Amino acid sequence: MEYPSQHIEEAVNEISKLPGIGKKTALRLVLHLLKQPNAETRSLAQALIRMRDETKFCKVCHNISDREICRICSSPRRDNTIVCVIEDTRDVMAIENTGQYLGLYHVLGGVISPIEGIGPDNLNISSLLKRINASDSNVKELILALNPTMEGDTTSFFITKKISRSGLKVTSLARGVPVGGELEYADEITLGRSITARIHYQPN
Amino acid sequence: MHLKNLRLLNFKNYEDVYIEFTSKINCIVGENGSGKTNMLDAMHYLSLTKSAINSIDIQNIRHESIFFTIKGTFNKSGRDHEIFCSLEKGKKKVFRQDNTEYEKLSEHIGQFPAVLIAPGDNEIIRDGNDIRRKYFDTILAQIDHQYLLDLMDYNHNLRQRNSLLKFFRDNLSADPDLIEPYNHNLLDLGQKIHQKRKNFADRYFPVFEEKYAFIAENKEKTTISYVSQFDEIDYENTLKTTLSHDIEAQRTSFGIHNDKWELMINGRRLKNFGSQGQQKTFVIALKLAQYDIIKEEKGFAPLLLLDDIFDKLDDRRIHKLMGMVAADYFSQIFITDTRPERTKSILSSLSLEGNIVAINDGKIIK
Repeated sequence: MEYPSQHIEEAVNEISKLPGIGKKTALRLVLHLLKQPNAETRSLAQALIRMRDETKFCKVCHNISDREICRICSSPRRDNTIVCVIEDTRDVMAIENTGQYLGLYHVLGGVISPIEGIGPDNLNISSLLKRINASDSNVKELILALNPTMEGDTTSFFITKKISRSGLKVTSLARGVPVGGELEYADEITLGRSITARIHYQPN
Repeated sequence: MHLKNLRLLNFKNYEDVYIEFTSKINCIVGENGSGKTNMLDAMHYLSLTKSAINSIDIQNIRHESIFFTIKGTFNKSGRDHEIFCSLEKGKKKVFRQDNTEYEKLSEHIGQFPAVLIAPGDNEIIRDGNDIRRKYFDTILAQIDHQYLLDLMDYNHNLRQRNSLLKFFRDNLSADPDLIEPYNHNLLDLGQKIHQKRKNFADRYFPVFEEKYAFIAENKEKTTISYVSQFDEIDYENTLKTTLSHDIEAQRTSFGIHNDKWELMINGRRLKNFGSQGQQKTFVIALKLAQYDIIKEEKGFAPLLLLDDIFDKLDDRRIHKLMGMVAADYFSQIFITDTRPERTKSILSSLSLEGNIVAINDGKIIK
Protein backbone atom coordinates (compact mmCIF):
# COMPACT_ATOMS: atom_id res chain seq x y z
CA MET A 1 0.00 0.00 0.00
CA GLU A 2 1.15 3.56 -0.77
CA TYR A 3 0.94 5.91 2.22
CA PRO A 4 0.80 9.69 1.83
CA SER A 5 3.29 10.15 4.65
CA GLN A 6 6.27 8.23 5.86
CA HIS A 7 5.27 8.87 9.50
CA ILE A 8 1.90 7.30 8.88
CA GLU A 9 3.59 4.32 7.29
CA GLU A 10 5.91 3.85 10.26
CA ALA A 11 3.03 4.02 12.72
CA VAL A 12 0.97 1.56 10.66
CA ASN A 13 3.89 -0.86 10.49
CA GLU A 14 4.43 -0.73 14.23
CA ILE A 15 0.78 -1.16 15.13
CA SER A 16 0.24 -4.00 12.68
CA LYS A 17 2.91 -6.02 14.50
CA LEU A 18 0.40 -6.45 17.33
CA PRO A 19 -1.50 -9.74 17.49
CA GLY A 20 -4.81 -9.75 15.64
CA ILE A 21 -4.17 -6.45 13.84
CA GLY A 22 -3.58 -6.25 10.10
CA LYS A 23 -2.45 -3.32 7.97
CA LYS A 24 -5.98 -2.07 7.31
CA THR A 25 -7.00 -2.03 10.96
CA ALA A 26 -3.70 -0.39 11.83
CA LEU A 27 -4.35 2.36 9.28
CA ARG A 28 -7.83 2.91 10.68
CA LEU A 29 -6.38 3.31 14.20
CA VAL A 30 -3.70 5.69 12.98
CA LEU A 31 -6.19 7.89 11.12
CA HIS A 32 -8.41 7.87 14.19
CA LEU A 33 -5.55 9.08 16.39
CA LEU A 34 -4.78 11.79 13.87
CA LYS A 35 -8.30 13.13 14.22
CA GLN A 36 -8.17 13.23 18.04
CA PRO A 37 -6.53 16.08 19.99
CA ASN A 38 -2.77 15.83 20.21
CA ALA A 39 -2.94 15.21 23.96
CA GLU A 40 -4.83 11.94 23.49
CA THR A 41 -2.05 10.39 21.46
CA ARG A 42 0.54 11.73 23.84
CA SER A 43 -1.16 10.15 26.82
CA LEU A 44 -1.56 6.85 24.95
CA ALA A 45 2.13 6.81 24.11
CA GLN A 46 3.08 7.68 27.66
CA ALA A 47 0.83 4.98 29.07
CA LEU A 48 2.49 2.43 26.82
CA ILE A 49 6.00 3.51 27.76
CA ARG A 50 5.17 3.58 31.46
CA MET A 51 3.55 0.17 31.16
CA ARG A 52 6.68 -1.25 29.57
CA ASP A 53 9.22 0.46 31.85
CA GLU A 54 7.54 0.21 35.16
CA THR A 55 5.68 -3.07 35.15
CA LYS A 56 7.44 -5.57 37.32
CA PHE A 57 7.02 -9.26 37.87
CA CYS A 58 6.46 -10.44 41.41
CA LYS A 59 9.62 -12.06 42.77
CA VAL A 60 7.62 -14.83 44.39
CA CYS A 61 4.83 -15.78 42.00
CA HIS A 62 5.97 -14.02 38.75
CA ASN A 63 2.59 -12.39 38.29
CA ILE A 64 2.54 -8.89 36.85
CA SER A 65 2.88 -6.37 39.65
CA ASP A 66 3.72 -2.76 40.45
CA ARG A 67 5.85 -3.84 43.36
CA GLU A 68 8.64 -6.31 44.10
CA ILE A 69 6.16 -8.60 45.82
CA CYS A 70 2.65 -8.50 44.40
CA ARG A 71 -0.50 -7.61 46.28
CA ILE A 72 -1.68 -11.22 46.44
CA CYS A 73 1.60 -12.63 47.73
CA SER A 74 1.97 -9.92 50.37
CA SER A 75 -1.62 -10.01 51.61
CA PRO A 76 -1.96 -11.40 55.15
CA ARG A 77 -5.48 -12.54 54.31
CA ARG A 78 -4.37 -15.05 51.68
CA ASP A 79 -3.91 -18.69 52.59
CA ASN A 80 -0.22 -19.45 52.12
CA THR A 81 -0.67 -23.20 52.39
CA ILE A 82 -2.14 -23.46 48.88
CA VAL A 83 -0.45 -22.52 45.61
CA CYS A 84 -2.28 -22.55 42.31
CA VAL A 85 -0.04 -23.09 39.25
CA ILE A 86 -1.20 -21.34 36.10
CA GLU A 87 0.10 -20.43 32.68
CA ASP A 88 -0.14 -16.65 32.61
CA THR A 89 -1.56 -13.52 34.19
CA ARG A 90 -4.88 -13.85 32.40
CA ASP A 91 -5.49 -17.08 34.28
CA VAL A 92 -4.82 -15.33 37.60
CA MET A 93 -7.36 -12.69 36.66
CA ALA A 94 -9.91 -15.31 35.65
CA ILE A 95 -9.58 -17.22 38.92
CA GLU A 96 -9.53 -14.01 41.00
CA ASN A 97 -12.78 -12.95 39.35
CA THR A 98 -14.51 -16.07 40.65
CA GLY A 99 -13.98 -14.81 44.20
CA GLN A 100 -13.73 -18.47 45.25
CA TYR A 101 -10.03 -18.77 45.81
CA LEU A 102 -7.99 -17.31 48.65
CA GLY A 103 -4.69 -19.11 48.19
CA LEU A 104 -1.58 -17.97 46.33
CA TYR A 105 -0.47 -18.35 42.70
CA HIS A 106 2.55 -19.31 40.70
CA VAL A 107 2.71 -18.09 37.10
CA LEU A 108 4.74 -20.41 34.85
CA GLY A 109 4.79 -18.07 31.85
CA GLY A 110 3.87 -20.84 29.41
CA VAL A 111 3.90 -24.60 29.07
CA ILE A 112 6.54 -27.11 28.00
CA SER A 113 6.62 -27.59 24.22
CA PRO A 114 9.85 -28.94 22.71
CA ILE A 115 8.56 -28.25 19.17
CA GLU A 116 8.54 -24.54 19.97
CA GLY A 117 11.83 -24.83 21.84
CA ILE A 118 10.20 -24.29 25.24
CA GLY A 119 11.69 -26.48 27.93
CA PRO A 120 11.38 -26.33 31.74
CA ASP A 121 14.31 -23.89 31.91
CA ASN A 122 12.38 -21.33 29.89
CA LEU A 123 9.56 -21.38 32.42
CA ASN A 124 9.27 -20.48 36.10
CA ILE A 125 9.43 -24.11 37.18
CA SER A 126 12.68 -24.16 39.15
CA SER A 127 11.50 -21.16 41.19
CA LEU A 128 8.30 -23.07 41.96
CA LEU A 129 10.29 -26.04 43.22
CA LYS A 130 12.53 -23.75 45.27
CA ARG A 131 9.47 -22.03 46.67
CA ILE A 132 7.74 -25.16 47.91
CA ASN A 133 10.93 -26.83 49.10
CA ALA A 134 12.11 -23.79 51.09
CA SER A 135 12.58 -24.49 54.79
CA ASP A 136 10.10 -21.75 55.76
CA SER A 137 7.48 -22.89 53.25
CA ASN A 138 3.97 -23.46 54.54
CA VAL A 139 2.71 -24.91 51.24
CA LYS A 140 0.67 -28.07 51.71
CA GLU A 141 -1.28 -28.22 48.49
CA LEU A 142 -0.49 -27.48 44.88
CA ILE A 143 -3.36 -26.90 42.47
CA LEU A 144 -2.42 -27.59 38.86
CA ALA A 145 -4.64 -25.29 36.83
CA LEU A 146 -2.98 -25.37 33.40
CA ASN A 147 -5.05 -25.41 30.24
CA PRO A 148 -6.38 -28.87 29.33
CA THR A 149 -4.21 -29.22 26.22
CA MET A 150 -1.63 -31.90 25.63
CA GLU A 151 1.14 -29.40 26.49
CA GLY A 152 -0.66 -28.32 29.67
CA ASP A 153 -1.06 -31.94 30.75
CA THR A 154 2.58 -32.73 29.97
CA THR A 155 3.72 -29.78 32.06
CA SER A 156 1.49 -30.84 34.97
CA PHE A 157 2.86 -34.37 34.70
CA PHE A 158 6.44 -33.07 34.78
CA ILE A 159 5.84 -30.85 37.81
CA THR A 160 4.17 -33.74 39.62
CA LYS A 161 7.21 -35.92 38.93
CA LYS A 162 9.52 -33.24 40.28
CA ILE A 163 7.68 -32.84 43.57
CA SER A 164 6.73 -36.49 44.07
CA ARG A 165 9.16 -36.78 46.98
CA SER A 166 7.90 -33.68 48.79
CA GLY A 167 4.73 -35.34 50.08
CA LEU A 168 2.70 -32.34 48.91
CA LYS A 169 -0.99 -32.77 48.11
CA VAL A 170 -1.45 -32.24 44.37
CA THR A 171 -4.84 -31.43 42.93
CA SER A 172 -6.11 -30.33 39.53
CA LEU A 173 -9.20 -28.47 38.38
CA ALA A 174 -12.34 -30.55 37.92
CA ARG A 175 -13.37 -30.86 34.29
CA GLY A 176 -16.99 -31.19 33.38
CA VAL A 177 -20.22 -29.73 32.12
CA PRO A 178 -20.52 -25.95 32.45
CA VAL A 179 -22.89 -24.56 35.08
CA GLY A 180 -26.19 -23.61 33.46
CA GLY A 181 -25.27 -25.55 30.33
CA GLU A 182 -27.47 -28.14 28.76
CA LEU A 183 -26.18 -31.68 28.48
CA GLU A 184 -27.07 -32.10 24.83
CA TYR A 185 -24.78 -29.19 23.94
CA ALA A 186 -21.78 -30.44 25.91
CA ASP A 187 -19.11 -32.00 23.71
CA GLU A 188 -18.64 -35.75 23.98
CA ILE A 189 -15.21 -35.64 25.56
CA THR A 190 -16.28 -33.27 28.33
CA LEU A 191 -19.49 -35.17 28.97
CA GLY A 192 -17.60 -38.47 28.98
CA ARG A 193 -15.19 -37.13 31.59
CA SER A 194 -18.04 -35.80 33.70
CA ILE A 195 -19.63 -39.23 33.74
CA THR A 196 -16.43 -41.03 34.75
CA ALA A 197 -15.49 -38.42 37.34
CA ARG A 198 -19.02 -37.99 38.73
CA ILE A 199 -19.45 -36.68 42.29
CA HIS A 200 -21.81 -37.22 45.20
CA TYR A 201 -25.03 -35.34 44.79
CA GLN A 202 -25.13 -32.01 46.59
CA PRO A 203 -28.13 -29.73 46.52
CA ASN A 204 -26.98 -26.31 45.32
CA MET B 1 -26.52 -41.99 0.84
CA HIS B 2 -25.94 -40.39 -2.53
CA LEU B 3 -24.52 -37.28 -4.13
CA LYS B 4 -27.25 -35.37 -5.96
CA ASN B 5 -25.20 -32.70 -7.64
CA LEU B 6 -21.80 -31.15 -7.91
CA ARG B 7 -20.65 -27.63 -8.67
CA LEU B 8 -17.02 -26.97 -9.49
CA LEU B 9 -15.40 -23.56 -9.80
CA ASN B 10 -11.77 -23.27 -10.89
CA PHE B 11 -11.09 -26.76 -9.63
CA LYS B 12 -8.25 -28.36 -11.58
CA ASN B 13 -9.27 -28.20 -15.26
CA TYR B 14 -12.87 -27.13 -14.55
CA GLU B 15 -13.75 -23.47 -14.81
CA ASP B 16 -17.42 -23.56 -13.89
CA VAL B 17 -19.60 -26.66 -14.15
CA TYR B 18 -22.75 -27.95 -12.53
CA ILE B 19 -23.83 -31.59 -12.87
CA GLU B 20 -26.67 -33.64 -11.49
CA PHE B 21 -26.32 -37.35 -10.82
CA THR B 22 -28.63 -40.30 -10.42
CA SER B 23 -28.61 -42.21 -7.17
CA LYS B 24 -27.46 -45.39 -8.93
CA ILE B 25 -24.79 -45.73 -11.61
CA ASN B 26 -23.12 -42.69 -13.14
CA CYS B 27 -20.60 -43.11 -15.95
CA ILE B 28 -18.21 -40.28 -16.57
CA VAL B 29 -16.79 -40.68 -20.05
CA GLY B 30 -14.30 -38.65 -22.04
CA GLU B 31 -10.87 -38.65 -23.63
CA ASN B 32 -7.69 -38.88 -21.61
CA GLY B 33 -7.03 -35.54 -19.91
CA SER B 34 -10.65 -34.40 -20.19
CA GLY B 35 -11.11 -34.28 -16.40
CA LYS B 36 -12.76 -37.58 -15.43
CA THR B 37 -10.43 -38.32 -12.55
CA ASN B 38 -10.60 -34.68 -11.44
CA MET B 39 -14.34 -35.01 -11.05
CA LEU B 40 -13.95 -38.06 -8.82
CA ASP B 41 -11.27 -36.19 -6.92
CA ALA B 42 -13.73 -33.37 -6.22
CA MET B 43 -16.04 -35.97 -4.66
CA HIS B 44 -13.10 -37.27 -2.66
CA TYR B 45 -12.60 -33.70 -1.38
CA LEU B 46 -16.21 -33.46 -0.25
CA SER B 47 -15.90 -36.77 1.56
CA LEU B 48 -12.44 -36.61 3.09
CA THR B 49 -11.63 -32.85 2.96
CA LYS B 50 -8.66 -33.46 0.68
CA SER B 51 -7.51 -34.68 -2.69
CA ALA B 52 -6.76 -38.34 -3.29
CA ILE B 53 -4.03 -37.39 -5.74
CA ASN B 54 -2.37 -34.13 -4.82
CA SER B 55 -2.04 -33.39 -1.13
CA ILE B 56 -0.94 -29.81 -1.83
CA ASP B 57 -4.32 -28.07 -1.88
CA ILE B 58 -3.12 -24.97 -3.67
CA GLN B 59 -2.04 -26.99 -6.70
CA ASN B 60 -5.65 -28.03 -7.25
CA ILE B 61 -6.62 -24.47 -8.15
CA ARG B 62 -7.15 -24.05 -11.89
CA HIS B 63 -4.23 -22.52 -13.71
CA GLU B 64 -4.13 -18.71 -13.31
CA SER B 65 -7.06 -18.62 -10.88
CA ILE B 66 -6.83 -17.56 -7.27
CA PHE B 67 -9.35 -19.91 -5.68
CA PHE B 68 -11.34 -23.09 -6.17
CA THR B 69 -14.76 -24.05 -4.86
CA ILE B 70 -16.38 -27.48 -4.70
CA LYS B 71 -20.01 -27.67 -3.70
CA GLY B 72 -22.18 -30.76 -3.54
CA THR B 73 -25.53 -31.85 -2.17
CA PHE B 74 -25.62 -35.20 -0.43
CA ASN B 75 -28.82 -36.96 0.42
CA LYS B 76 -28.52 -38.99 3.58
CA SER B 77 -31.49 -40.74 5.19
CA GLY B 78 -33.87 -38.63 3.12
CA ARG B 79 -32.32 -35.30 4.09
CA ASP B 80 -30.21 -32.99 1.94
CA HIS B 81 -26.88 -31.68 3.17
CA GLU B 82 -24.85 -29.15 1.29
CA ILE B 83 -21.11 -29.54 1.60
CA PHE B 84 -18.94 -26.62 0.60
CA CYS B 85 -15.18 -26.61 0.23
CA SER B 86 -13.19 -23.63 -0.90
CA LEU B 87 -9.59 -22.57 -1.01
CA GLU B 88 -8.26 -19.14 -1.82
CA LYS B 89 -4.53 -18.65 -2.35
CA GLY B 90 -2.85 -17.53 0.85
CA LYS B 91 -5.86 -18.38 3.00
CA LYS B 92 -7.08 -21.26 5.07
CA LYS B 93 -9.24 -23.95 3.46
CA VAL B 94 -12.90 -23.34 4.27
CA PHE B 95 -15.19 -26.29 4.80
CA ARG B 96 -18.89 -25.99 5.55
CA GLN B 97 -21.86 -28.24 6.04
CA ASP B 98 -25.21 -26.53 5.46
CA ASN B 99 -23.55 -23.11 5.69
CA THR B 100 -21.94 -23.83 9.04
CA GLU B 101 -18.17 -23.79 8.99
CA TYR B 102 -16.31 -26.61 10.71
CA GLU B 103 -13.95 -25.60 13.47
CA LYS B 104 -11.78 -28.56 12.64
CA LEU B 105 -11.71 -30.45 9.35
CA SER B 106 -11.48 -33.71 11.28
CA GLU B 107 -15.10 -33.23 12.41
CA HIS B 108 -16.25 -33.78 8.85
CA ILE B 109 -14.40 -37.02 8.21
CA GLY B 110 -16.63 -40.07 8.26
CA GLN B 111 -19.91 -38.20 7.82
CA PHE B 112 -20.11 -38.67 4.04
CA PRO B 113 -17.82 -41.62 3.37
CA ALA B 114 -16.47 -42.60 -0.03
CA VAL B 115 -14.34 -45.46 -1.31
CA LEU B 116 -12.12 -44.79 -4.30
CA ILE B 117 -10.69 -47.54 -6.48
CA ALA B 118 -8.06 -46.01 -8.75
CA PRO B 119 -5.01 -46.96 -10.82
CA GLY B 120 -2.66 -45.51 -8.20
CA ASP B 121 -3.91 -47.98 -5.60
CA ASN B 122 -1.17 -50.49 -6.17
CA GLU B 123 1.04 -48.21 -4.08
CA ILE B 124 -0.67 -49.93 -1.13
CA ILE B 125 1.16 -53.08 -2.18
CA ARG B 126 4.26 -51.63 -3.73
CA ASP B 127 5.24 -48.86 -1.32
CA GLY B 128 6.39 -48.79 2.27
CA ASN B 129 4.62 -49.48 5.51
CA ASP B 130 3.65 -45.87 6.00
CA ILE B 131 1.36 -46.02 2.95
CA ARG B 132 -0.38 -49.14 4.26
CA ARG B 133 -0.73 -47.63 7.74
CA LYS B 134 -2.23 -44.52 6.18
CA TYR B 135 -4.61 -46.63 4.12
CA PHE B 136 -5.95 -48.53 7.12
CA ASP B 137 -5.97 -45.39 9.28
CA THR B 138 -8.21 -43.65 6.77
CA ILE B 139 -10.73 -46.47 7.01
CA LEU B 140 -10.60 -46.52 10.79
CA ALA B 141 -10.94 -42.73 10.96
CA GLN B 142 -14.09 -42.92 8.87
CA ILE B 143 -15.78 -45.43 11.13
CA ASP B 144 -14.46 -44.31 14.51
CA HIS B 145 -14.04 -40.60 15.19
CA GLN B 146 -12.36 -41.15 18.55
CA TYR B 147 -9.72 -43.21 16.74
CA LEU B 148 -8.92 -40.21 14.55
CA LEU B 149 -8.65 -37.90 17.57
CA ASP B 150 -6.39 -40.35 19.41
CA LEU B 151 -4.21 -40.77 16.36
CA MET B 152 -3.84 -37.01 15.91
CA ASP B 153 -2.88 -36.67 19.58
CA TYR B 154 -0.48 -39.57 19.26
CA ASN B 155 1.27 -37.97 16.29
CA HIS B 156 1.45 -34.62 18.04
CA ASN B 157 2.96 -36.26 21.12
CA LEU B 158 5.44 -38.08 18.91
CA ARG B 159 6.57 -34.82 17.31
CA GLN B 160 7.02 -33.29 20.76
CA ARG B 161 8.98 -36.31 21.94
CA ASN B 162 11.25 -36.24 18.89
CA SER B 163 11.89 -32.52 19.37
CA LEU B 164 12.78 -33.25 22.97
CA LEU B 165 15.23 -35.97 21.87
CA LYS B 166 16.95 -33.41 19.68
CA PHE B 167 17.01 -30.96 22.58
CA PHE B 168 18.57 -33.63 24.81
CA ARG B 169 21.23 -34.37 22.26
CA ASP B 170 22.08 -30.72 21.63
CA ASN B 171 22.36 -30.04 25.35
CA LEU B 172 24.14 -33.29 26.18
CA SER B 173 21.74 -33.84 29.03
CA ALA B 174 18.61 -35.89 29.47
CA ASP B 175 16.21 -35.41 32.34
CA PRO B 176 14.27 -38.68 32.65
CA ASP B 177 11.44 -36.81 34.39
CA LEU B 178 10.99 -34.71 31.28
CA ILE B 179 10.71 -37.59 28.82
CA GLU B 180 8.28 -39.44 31.06
CA PRO B 181 5.11 -37.49 30.23
CA TYR B 182 5.74 -38.20 26.54
CA ASN B 183 6.37 -41.88 27.24
CA HIS B 184 3.19 -41.98 29.23
CA ASN B 185 1.14 -40.49 26.37
CA LEU B 186 2.85 -42.71 23.83
CA LEU B 187 1.93 -45.83 25.80
CA ASP B 188 -1.54 -44.69 26.76
CA LEU B 189 -2.65 -43.52 23.29
CA GLY B 190 -0.59 -46.22 21.58
CA GLN B 191 -2.35 -48.91 23.54
CA LYS B 192 -5.79 -47.60 22.54
CA ILE B 193 -4.82 -47.31 18.88
CA HIS B 194 -3.22 -50.75 18.91
CA GLN B 195 -6.33 -52.35 20.37
CA LYS B 196 -8.54 -50.72 17.74
CA ARG B 197 -6.25 -51.69 14.88
CA LYS B 198 -6.21 -55.24 16.17
CA ASN B 199 -9.97 -55.48 16.49
CA PHE B 200 -10.30 -53.95 13.06
CA ALA B 201 -7.88 -56.46 11.52
CA ASP B 202 -9.89 -59.35 13.01
CA ARG B 203 -13.06 -57.98 11.55
CA TYR B 204 -11.68 -56.83 8.22
CA PHE B 205 -9.74 -59.92 7.25
CA PRO B 206 -12.61 -62.43 6.79
CA VAL B 207 -14.49 -59.86 4.67
CA PHE B 208 -11.41 -59.32 2.56
CA GLU B 209 -10.88 -63.07 2.10
CA GLU B 210 -14.44 -63.50 0.92
CA LYS B 211 -14.09 -60.69 -1.64
CA TYR B 212 -10.81 -62.02 -2.90
CA ALA B 213 -12.16 -65.52 -3.38
CA PHE B 214 -15.18 -64.20 -5.20
CA ILE B 215 -13.24 -62.14 -7.73
CA ALA B 216 -10.32 -64.52 -8.16
CA GLU B 217 -12.33 -67.75 -8.24
CA ASN B 218 -9.36 -69.72 -7.06
CA LYS B 219 -7.82 -71.14 -3.97
CA GLU B 220 -4.90 -68.82 -3.39
CA LYS B 221 -4.20 -68.40 0.28
CA THR B 222 -4.16 -64.71 1.12
CA THR B 223 -3.30 -63.21 4.48
CA ILE B 224 -3.17 -59.77 5.96
CA SER B 225 -1.39 -59.67 9.26
CA TYR B 226 -1.15 -56.78 11.61
CA VAL B 227 2.17 -56.63 13.43
CA SER B 228 2.98 -54.20 16.22
CA GLN B 229 5.64 -53.67 18.85
CA PHE B 230 2.68 -53.49 21.23
CA ASP B 231 2.05 -57.20 20.60
CA GLU B 232 4.95 -58.04 22.90
CA ILE B 233 3.90 -58.91 26.43
CA ASP B 234 6.52 -56.73 28.02
CA TYR B 235 6.02 -53.76 25.72
CA GLU B 236 5.73 -51.19 28.50
CA ASN B 237 9.28 -51.82 29.58
CA THR B 238 10.73 -51.66 26.09
CA LEU B 239 10.29 -47.91 25.95
CA LYS B 240 12.38 -47.41 29.10
CA THR B 241 15.36 -49.14 27.56
CA THR B 242 15.42 -47.23 24.30
CA LEU B 243 16.05 -43.68 25.52
CA SER B 244 19.79 -43.44 24.88
CA HIS B 245 19.39 -45.07 21.50
CA ASP B 246 16.50 -42.72 20.67
CA ILE B 247 18.54 -39.66 21.63
CA GLU B 248 21.35 -40.81 19.37
CA ALA B 249 18.99 -41.51 16.45
CA GLN B 250 16.78 -38.48 17.22
CA ARG B 251 13.70 -40.51 16.59
CA THR B 252 11.36 -42.65 18.65
CA SER B 253 12.10 -46.29 17.95
CA PHE B 254 9.13 -47.73 19.79
CA GLY B 255 5.47 -47.14 19.12
CA ILE B 256 2.48 -47.72 16.90
CA HIS B 257 4.01 -45.48 14.25
CA ASN B 258 6.14 -48.52 13.43
CA ASP B 259 3.18 -50.87 13.03
CA LYS B 260 3.10 -53.04 9.94
CA TRP B 261 0.31 -54.42 7.79
CA GLU B 262 1.76 -57.39 5.95
CA LEU B 263 0.10 -58.60 2.77
CA MET B 264 0.89 -62.18 1.87
CA ILE B 265 -0.08 -64.62 -0.83
CA ASN B 266 0.51 -68.35 -0.44
CA GLY B 267 2.71 -67.56 2.54
CA ARG B 268 4.99 -65.16 0.67
CA ARG B 269 5.12 -61.40 0.33
CA LEU B 270 2.62 -60.22 -2.21
CA LYS B 271 4.85 -57.34 -3.30
CA ASN B 272 7.62 -59.71 -4.41
CA PHE B 273 5.80 -62.90 -5.23
CA GLY B 274 2.30 -61.95 -6.37
CA SER B 275 1.62 -61.87 -10.11
CA GLN B 276 0.23 -58.67 -11.68
CA GLY B 277 -3.24 -60.20 -11.75
CA GLN B 278 -3.04 -61.34 -8.14
CA GLN B 279 -1.91 -57.90 -7.05
CA LYS B 280 -4.78 -56.20 -8.89
CA THR B 281 -7.32 -58.58 -7.42
CA PHE B 282 -5.79 -58.09 -3.98
CA VAL B 283 -6.14 -54.30 -4.16
CA ILE B 284 -9.73 -54.45 -5.35
CA ALA B 285 -10.61 -56.94 -2.63
CA LEU B 286 -9.03 -54.61 -0.06
CA LYS B 287 -11.22 -51.77 -1.29
CA LEU B 288 -14.40 -53.80 -1.51
CA ALA B 289 -13.88 -55.06 2.03
CA GLN B 290 -13.39 -51.44 3.08
CA TYR B 291 -16.67 -50.58 1.34
CA ASP B 292 -18.55 -53.37 3.13
CA ILE B 293 -17.20 -52.49 6.55
CA ILE B 294 -17.94 -48.79 6.24
CA LYS B 295 -21.43 -49.64 5.04
CA GLU B 296 -22.02 -52.02 7.92
CA GLU B 297 -20.69 -49.52 10.45
CA LYS B 298 -22.59 -46.49 9.12
CA GLY B 299 -25.81 -48.23 8.20
CA PHE B 300 -25.67 -46.74 4.69
CA ALA B 301 -23.47 -47.27 1.65
CA PRO B 302 -20.52 -44.95 1.00
CA LEU B 303 -20.04 -43.51 -2.49
CA LEU B 304 -18.13 -45.90 -4.69
CA LEU B 305 -15.72 -44.15 -7.02
CA LEU B 306 -14.29 -46.42 -9.70
CA ASP B 307 -11.56 -44.62 -11.59
CA ASP B 308 -10.43 -46.18 -14.83
CA ILE B 309 -10.73 -49.77 -13.62
CA PHE B 310 -11.87 -51.22 -16.95
CA ASP B 311 -8.45 -50.76 -18.48
CA LYS B 312 -6.86 -52.60 -15.62
CA LEU B 313 -9.02 -55.69 -15.33
CA ASP B 314 -10.00 -58.43 -17.72
CA ASP B 315 -13.63 -58.77 -18.81
CA ARG B 316 -14.44 -61.63 -16.53
CA ARG B 317 -13.24 -59.76 -13.47
CA ILE B 318 -15.06 -56.60 -14.56
CA HIS B 319 -18.32 -58.53 -14.86
CA LYS B 320 -17.90 -60.08 -11.44
CA LEU B 321 -17.01 -56.76 -9.90
CA MET B 322 -19.85 -54.84 -11.50
CA GLY B 323 -22.28 -57.62 -10.67
CA MET B 324 -21.22 -57.44 -7.06
CA VAL B 325 -21.41 -53.68 -6.59
CA ALA B 326 -24.55 -53.19 -8.62
CA ALA B 327 -26.39 -55.92 -6.75
CA ASP B 328 -26.91 -53.46 -3.92
CA TYR B 329 -29.85 -51.28 -4.78
CA PHE B 330 -28.92 -48.53 -2.34
CA SER B 331 -25.43 -47.78 -3.51
CA GLN B 332 -24.36 -44.95 -5.74
CA ILE B 333 -21.50 -45.65 -8.12
CA PHE B 334 -19.32 -43.40 -10.25
CA ILE B 335 -17.32 -45.01 -13.06
CA THR B 336 -14.89 -43.29 -15.37
CA ASP B 337 -14.02 -44.69 -18.77
CA THR B 338 -12.36 -43.44 -21.93
CA ARG B 339 -14.60 -45.66 -24.07
CA PRO B 340 -18.32 -45.01 -23.64
CA GLU B 341 -19.32 -48.02 -25.83
CA ARG B 342 -17.47 -50.41 -23.54
CA THR B 343 -19.17 -49.04 -20.42
CA LYS B 344 -22.55 -49.22 -22.09
CA SER B 345 -22.07 -52.80 -23.25
CA ILE B 346 -20.88 -53.96 -19.81
CA LEU B 347 -23.87 -52.34 -18.17
CA SER B 348 -26.37 -53.72 -20.67
CA SER B 349 -24.94 -57.24 -20.39
CA LEU B 350 -25.71 -57.01 -16.68
CA SER B 351 -29.11 -55.40 -17.43
CA LEU B 352 -28.06 -52.24 -15.62
CA GLU B 353 -28.73 -48.68 -16.57
CA GLY B 354 -26.24 -45.91 -16.21
CA ASN B 355 -26.46 -42.16 -16.41
CA ILE B 356 -23.81 -41.05 -18.91
CA VAL B 357 -21.95 -37.82 -18.23
CA ALA B 358 -19.74 -36.98 -21.19
CA ILE B 359 -16.98 -34.46 -20.66
CA ASN B 360 -14.41 -32.83 -22.84
CA ASP B 361 -11.65 -30.48 -21.75
CA GLY B 362 -13.28 -29.55 -18.46
CA LYS B 363 -16.75 -29.04 -19.95
CA ILE B 364 -19.90 -31.12 -19.81
CA ILE B 365 -21.00 -32.01 -23.31
CA LYS B 366 -23.87 -34.30 -22.43
